[in-house]
Order: sequence, then structure tokens, then C-alpha cells
Amino acid sequence: MHRSFIFSSHFGRWCSSFLLIGFLFAAPISSQAEEIVVYSSRIEQLIKPLFDAFTKETGITVKFTTDKEGALLTRLIAEGKRTPADILITVDAGNLWEAARNGLLKPVTSPVLEANIPENLRDPQGQWFGLTVRARTIVYNTQKVKPEELSTYADLADPKWKHRLCLRTSKKVYNQSLVAMMIAELGETETERIVKGWVNNLATDPIADDSLALEFVAAGRCDVTLVNTYYYGRLMHENPTLPLAIFWPNQATTGVHVNVSGAGVTRYSKHEAAAVRLLEFLSSEQAQKLFVELNMEYPANPQIKYGEPLSNWGSFKGDPRSIVKAGELQTSAVRLMDRAEYR
Amino acid sequence: MKNDFSSVNPAAIPDIQQHSSYKAGYGIRRAWRVFPFLVAAVVLVPVCVVFASFLSLDDEIWQHLIATTLPNLLTNTLWLSLGVIAGTALLGISLAWFTSVYRFPGYRFFSWALFLPLAIPAYVIAFVALGTFDYTGPVQTSLRHWFNSDLLWFPDIRSGPGVAIVMTLAFYPYVYLLSRDAFLTQGKRLLEVAQSLGFTRRQGFFRVVLPMARPWIVAGIMLALMETLADFGTVSIFNYDTFTTAIYKTWFGMFSLSTASQLASLLILIVLVIIVTEQRFRLRMRFSENRKSARVERVPLTGWQAAAVTGFASTVLFFAFVLPVVQLSIWAMDALTVGLDQRYLEFTWHSVLLSILAALITCLVAAMLAYAARIHSDGYTRFAIRLSTVGYALPGAVLAVGIFIPMAWLDNLLSDWIEIISGAETGLLIQGTLTVMLVAYMTRFLAVSYFPLESALQRVTRSIDEAAAGFGITGWSMLRTIYLPMLKSSLFTAATLVFVDVMKEMPITLMTRPFDWDTLAVRIFSLTSEGQWEQAALPALTLILTGLIPIILLVRHSET
Repeated sequence: MHRSFIFSSHFGRWCSSFLLIGFLFAAPISSQAEEIVVYSSRIEQLIKPLFDAFTKETGITVKFTTDKEGALLTRLIAEGKRTPADILITVDAGNLWEAARNGLLKPVTSPVLEANIPENLRDPQGQWFGLTVRARTIVYNTQKVKPEELSTYADLADPKWKHRLCLRTSKKVYNQSLVAMMIAELGETETERIVKGWVNNLATDPIADDSLALEFVAAGRCDVTLVNTYYYGRLMHENPTLPLAIFWPNQATTGVHVNVSGAGVTRYSKHEAAAVRLLEFLSSEQAQKLFVELNMEYPANPQIKYGEPLSNWGSFKGDPRSIVKAGELQTSAVRLMDRAEYR
Repeated sequence: MKNDFSSVNPAAIPDIQQHSSYKAGYGIRRAWRVFPFLVAAVVLVPVCVVFASFLSLDDEIWQHLIATTLPNLLTNTLWLSLGVIAGTALLGISLAWFTSVYRFPGYRFFSWALFLPLAIPAYVIAFVALGTFDYTGPVQTSLRHWFNSDLLWFPDIRSGPGVAIVMTLAFYPYVYLLSRDAFLTQGKRLLEVAQSLGFTRRQGFFRVVLPMARPWIVAGIMLALMETLADFGTVSIFNYDTFTTAIYKTWFGMFSLSTASQLASLLILIVLVIIVTEQRFRLRMRFSENRKSARVERVPLTGWQAAAVTGFASTVLFFAFVLPVVQLSIWAMDALTVGLDQRYLEFTWHSVLLSILAALITCLVAAMLAYAARIHSDGYTRFAIRLSTVGYALPGAVLAVGIFIPMAWLDNLLSDWIEIISGAETGLLIQGTLTVMLVAYMTRFLAVSYFPLESALQRVTRSIDEAAAGFGITGWSMLRTIYLPMLKSSLFTAATLVFVDVMKEMPITLMTRPFDWDTLAVRIFSLTSEGQWEQAALPALTLILTGLIPIILLVRHSET
């Protein structure tokens, strides 16, 4: 292969953009340093700083592309054994579970990962590992609701919340896994009753995103909503005077629903050792603290202590059940929410 | 039936040409015969992948869909489509008519300014509209504040009519652009003819001008309709359930790409039926008029009529362009400190490069298709061409998958061969090249460039063809010497539309871009997928301003 002479000649960077058009210039130019490739549905701003830190520590460079999970999984399937990807990162467990089910991930045995990541936040075969915890909790308007009135997710179906509840759309995976975990606890019939109750209590049509749901509660359009904590953190950071507070539901029962943003090594990875090293790094103290700093998510590694603002929100009991269930029951959850006319 | 010119004429022309051209010309004619089918084949690959999903039918999911969400989705989609058709037709045709025939305060300004919303992606208008008019937005908040009441009634923007209005504002420029083209070239003259026959101006417009402009108007409305059916960004911002949201929910929520593809193929079928029906009707007509009448005196409007027209144009322009741009600018100022770095130059450069290349390739192919249709206007050719434009109605992500799967397959096959021959292990070679992206864009946006060209080509009179054939000018030289000069303005329109559409395109770009090759649209995706609308303002604004450049060029071109 005489590819490199083109790049070493005086064409320059500007021209190389054009040359990309040609067929044969696609293959990665093999570089001296080791390089791994990541497919990530975690967006660039929330993951690149971690890659940079990793490269600084190990000298291994990280090349990555971002897209929606569905597109990334399809891509991995279509590329098959020649996929350039070494690691898949998603922002929920359901898609990792689906990737594993399609045989896209490789089981990994790593004492470091097993020590750092609790058992319920990773795949039993080691095909994927949760890296950050996303807690989905109740947020209420402090001028309209007393915390004593709140208890569980199921309680929000009670008629006393009629026209007081705001929910994000059921199309978002965070709500799908919440309902999936409720099915695991309460069964389909009871869960459907609860979800119907939620729908009956809605003050307005389901909302497209968590931030807007929080703004609705703050503005008094409704009194309570369900959101991931980091959206609350982000909004309060911008506007600390908003009359909003977090309530941790289900503390006497299953605990707060948690999902993970996690990663796994791809089945056809050609740089398995380096890929595992990245995962281990992402579970380490340095990286876990960076995750918290970047997006106010909770660290998956329970040994990590976190400071403000997370510490201000109080401590809570997270759901100790294996997050694998959320993947297994996701389809059932979607159908159940369709039946309950939760849009 | 009326007498049917079109079925006689096209058949007659090839005969004339055949006799007057020599042997080499025959081979070229054969090439033109095959060309539309080749293009259709390329474009149909992804469509076939989508249809191939029927090989694995999941009864259970289908039963579930039919029993729960599907009926509601279909009615939603139907009403939304009708709303957008009515809205874009109303705004597009009326504004085009006013700005091409009348003189009213600011008519010069409005005639080009009304193009500008073309540069704004529908999802941007949607999130600005939501941010402004929803319960927590400044409008309702101030109203509540002034009237000191929580009980104030305000129409809910997150509703069917809300979505339809937003999409109308986003897509009316397609109709405006194309019908203005028609009115400018033939409107005023036709009106004079009508008036000389004793029609009033109003009768002349409805009975003569409008029917004669139909190919352009319909082409514009078709583009708006296909955009509506394929849209995911706007409807998800409003959480309004349509066929497209069901496709995504089945794919992402129920992990069933095959059922999602089956839903998408229904969408293709619906569009095909519409296209073919429209084509049938149009075949009965013949349109041949091509004299610029821009120099003809405009009809002056006075008093309340002038005020009403100016007011109407200003209102549309305000909501479709001024408000989004101002709101984005305010947000961008806030986010300037975090968002801006030298990479923005790179993002912009990538966006522009892709858009230019895609516009060139797509327009070239579209022009060749239009010409091929002209010299071989049999049913098969027409159908092949119709098929090659359906990609525009597919939700972007579904089309992206349809392109990616066969491409990866081909890539693997190629690498297998290389390995067998040379023994060297190669990675994937084709994927991650701009070639793939450009083919993908062509698949998606062929309709955008073909529709304007096709309408324009209908104006080139048959007698010109015949005269040219008489001089022995055929094939390429006919295309170059006769058609290109006559189609220049439509080609420019087509190229601008593709340019702007590629700038705004998200899912195909996301899936097929090379590593480290982000564009402005990718940046917007990245920020908005975490709900950070304000931070997306900067790339959105850059995208709009860049998209304005070809639009302004187009305007200058069409004004001279």
C-alpha cells in the first residue's frame, strides 16, 4: 500500500478533505501509537474530556463517533467482523442489553471492573458495565406540595394528584426502564393500573424533555414530575431560586429507580486489551469524578465520594435489583404504556 | 377526455430525431433509455432494504400497534398532512402572486425576504416556537403577569394545529419559490390575455393563471408534504404522535427495526400513490410558455389592500424568520462563552463542502433524468423516475439504515476479495468516505432537485425540440445548447434547495460521516439530544447564516 505518500506530500490538510472522496482513502492510516475506536450515544461534550484524560494517562488515542443507539447497533450488526469499533457506549442499560442479545459484545473478565462496579449495574457475563448512575426521581413545587404528601412512584396514580402531574413522553427510554422495573416488581396488571392512573392525573399532555417538565412544575402548570436528577441540577445551577426540590421515592420498598450510562467491548474488537483498559479507566476514581463534574450524574463506583451540588440533594437508597431486567422488560413496558394511552 | 397532446407528441419526436440522426446518435439514445433505470436502481437499493423487512413479520407487534396506537397515528398524520398542504398552498401561492404581480409598500424587499425561511430547519422553528409560546415561555408568562391570573386561556401550542402551523412556516418557501417562478415567467402575460377575453382580474387568476401554474405549485406542495411525512425533529419536540414517531418508537423502544421498516414502507407506498395519481392528472395537460414578463408593469395596490398585503407578508416573515433568528441570537449571546471555539470553522467548512458537492451531483443527475424523461416519455421511464424520488418521504434515519446495510455488505465483500487475492487483512474501505455520504444525499434529495427541473422542462416547447432535431442536434449537444440555457434558473433553484437541505440534514450525516468529521447539523444534534436548546443556538445560527448565502445568490439571480 502506497497510501501514505499522498498524505506526506504538499497537498496539505485542506486537500486531504477532497481526497476522502476517493474510494481507497478510507481505511484508517495506521499510526504508531495504539488507537481504539468508540461508538458512543453519549454526546461528545459528556465523553470527550474522559477520552482526553485516558490518552494523557496511557498514550492510547481514542477515535469516536456519536449517533443514536438504534443507528449504532444497526451499524455494528451491518459491519460484522470488520467493524472498526472496539467499544460501544450508551446512555441506558436497555440498549446495552439489546446489543448483548444480538451478540455484539464480548464478555470481559476484569478484577478492576468487578471491584469498581456493583453487581446490579453490570451484565452478569461481563458483556457491559454501568459507568454512571442516572437516578429518576420525583421533583415537586415547594410552594404547592409538602414532602409528606409524597411516597412512591405508584402513589402518583392516586386521584389526589389529579391535574397535578407532569410527565415526559413514554418514548424516552428513561420512562420505559422505570416502567419495566415496576413490571418486575408489581406485575403487568398492577403496573398498567398505575400507569393509567398517571395518565389520568396529567395536568398537560406528556412533555418532550425533562428540562421542560421541570420548568412546567416551577411555573405552576403542575405540581410534581419525574426526572433524572442531573436535569434538576442543571436547571437549579442556572436559576437557584426556582421553587423546586427533590423527593426520593420508594425508600421503604425498591428504592429510587436507577439506570446507567455504560459501555461494553465489541465482539470483533481488534484491540481488546486497550479497550478493557479504557473501561477500567472509566470506572476509576479520576474518571468517575470527571463524570460527576461534567453532567452531575452519580458515580457507578460506590467508593467515590461526591461533593456539591449532589451532596445537597441528600442520600438515597437506589434500586438494588439488577438493571438487566430493564432491558428484558423494555418491550413489555412500551406496550403497556401504549395500552394505557401514555403518549 | 380532452384531446391528448402529450400522448401524441412525445412519440412523434423520437421518430423525427431517429431519422435525422446518424448511427452514433442511436447508441446515445439507447444510453438515455437506460439511464433513468440505473439511477432508480441505485436509489431503490435502500428502499428495497426497507421493503425486505417484510421477510420477517412480527405478528404480535403488528397486532399490538393496530389495537393501540396505529388508528390514532394515522388520523394525526392525515390531519397534519392536510393542514400543511392547505397552509403551504395558501401562504406560498398568495405570497408568490402578490410579490410577482402587484406593487405594494415593500414589495421589492418581500419578494426576496420571503425566501429566507428556507434556511431555517423546521426543528429550529419548532423549538423557538415552543420556547416562546408555551406555558413557560415569555409570552404566556407576561400575559399571566399582566392579568395577574393563572386561569388565562391560551391556545396550547403543543397540539395538532400548533405543529401544522410550525411546519407550514418552515415549508411554505418550497411552494413560494416554485409558484413564483411560474408566475414571473408566465403570470402577468396570462392575466392580460385573460383580461382581454373579458375576465376580471380575480377570474383571470383562478381560471387561467392558477391552472397554468399547476405543475410548479404541485411540485412545491409535494416537497412540503414529503418533508412533513418524513419529519421526526419537529413532531418529537411537540411530542405529537405521527407515523414517523411510531416508526422510531418501534425501532428504539421495542427493538424491532423490521417492524419499523415495515411501517416506513407503508409510508413509501402512500407517497407513491399520491405521486402517480398526480402524474396521471397532469398528463392530460400541456404547458408550454416561456417568456419572461418581469418587465411588465406591476399593478399598484392602494389603501387598505396595500396595507393588508404588506401586513400579511410581514407577519409571515416575522414568525418564519425574524422571530427564530432573534431568539437564537439572544440564546447564542448567552452561550457564546462556552460554545465558540476554532472548531466551528471546521464544522462550517464540512457542512459547506458536503452541501456544494451534493448539490452539484444531485442536480446533474436530476437534469439528466429530466432530459431522459423528455426523449423517452414512455410509462416505464416515467415510473422509474418517480421511484427514484421517493427517498425524500422516508424518515431520514430509516433511509440512513437502508443505505448503510447494503454499503457495509458491499464493503465486506470487497475486503473478502482483497483478502483472498492479496492475503492482506483490510478493514472496511468504502465506509467513512464522502462517496457514501454523497450517494446517500442523492438518494434522499433527488426529489428536491428533480421537481423544479421537471416543471421547468415542461415549458420548453416541443417545437424547439423539433427544430433542434431538424438541425441534427441531439443527445448531449441538445442538452448543452438548448436545454441548459433555458433551464438555468430552475437548475439554480434546484441546487439551492439541495444545498440548504443537506446543510439541515441530520440522520444520514450522523450515520455515514467519517471519524472526526462533524458538521454544524451534527453539532446541533449533539447539543439538542440532551435538551440544551439554548446551547444549540450558536451552531443553528451559523447553519442558517451559511444557508442564506446561496439563497441570496438565488434571489439576485432571479431578480435580474
